[in-house]
Amino acid sequence: MVSITTDPIDMNAAYRYVSTDAAGAITFFFGTVRDSTDERAVERLEYEAYDRMALTKMQEIADEACRRWDVRKYTIIHRKGNLAIGDIAVLIAVATPHRADSFDACRYIIDTLKQQVPIWKKEIFEDGQVWVDAHP
Amino acid sequence: MSNRISVQLFGITREIVGSSALTLDLPQPGQVGELLSNLKEQYPALTGLRSLLVAVNGEYAEADQPLHPNDEIALIPPVSGG
Repeated sequence: MVSITTDPIDMNAAYRYVSTDAAGAITFFFGTVRDSTDERAVERLEYEAYDRMALTKMQEIADEACRRWDVRKYTIIHRKGNLAIGDIAVLIAVATPHRADSFDACRYIIDTLKQQVPIWKKEIFEDGQVWVDAHP
Repeated sequence: MSNRISVQLFGITREIVGSSALTLDLPQPGQVGELLSNLKEQYPALTGLRSLLVAVNGEYAEADQPLHPNDEIALIPPVSGG
């Protein structure tokens, strides 16, 4: 399952969703809102998504992970809107029979998501705002 | 004959243009590369971005891909999800 939501991400619901008797391992990745960038204090983040394309790309990434590894259940949830320090911005959970596959698949999913999925974040500082990675 | 297309804008491109969508006329048949050069001419700040891609109907498009009035077209500045 892949989704984009403005609501806080419910990790317990995600755990229930990926739980399966076939799993010997479940790997979770949480991307969270850090309080500083380059020693500059961040007040909050704003996330924006091109929902239709982002969901398509998230599903393609999940499908590729299922081809490469023995994934029995997965979920990818990305939040958008205004996020505070410590909030979960993205949750990835992967259930596999053995642990190596769940670590590898989870790593692949987050790394590829960050490269390909049309979602953007703006860091709001006390004295300004920056779209992350927009400029060289 | 002109080719009127509409373009969705996100993130920094939305702020540069000052709107979440725009329409423009391209020569028939317009291509992705012409759209980009047209927009960069109108909005020079777009040239300062690390990258600027175009998505057509939800897929990243090459410069020579033709554009049609009914296509869903979006500008994709450098992504930063996660």
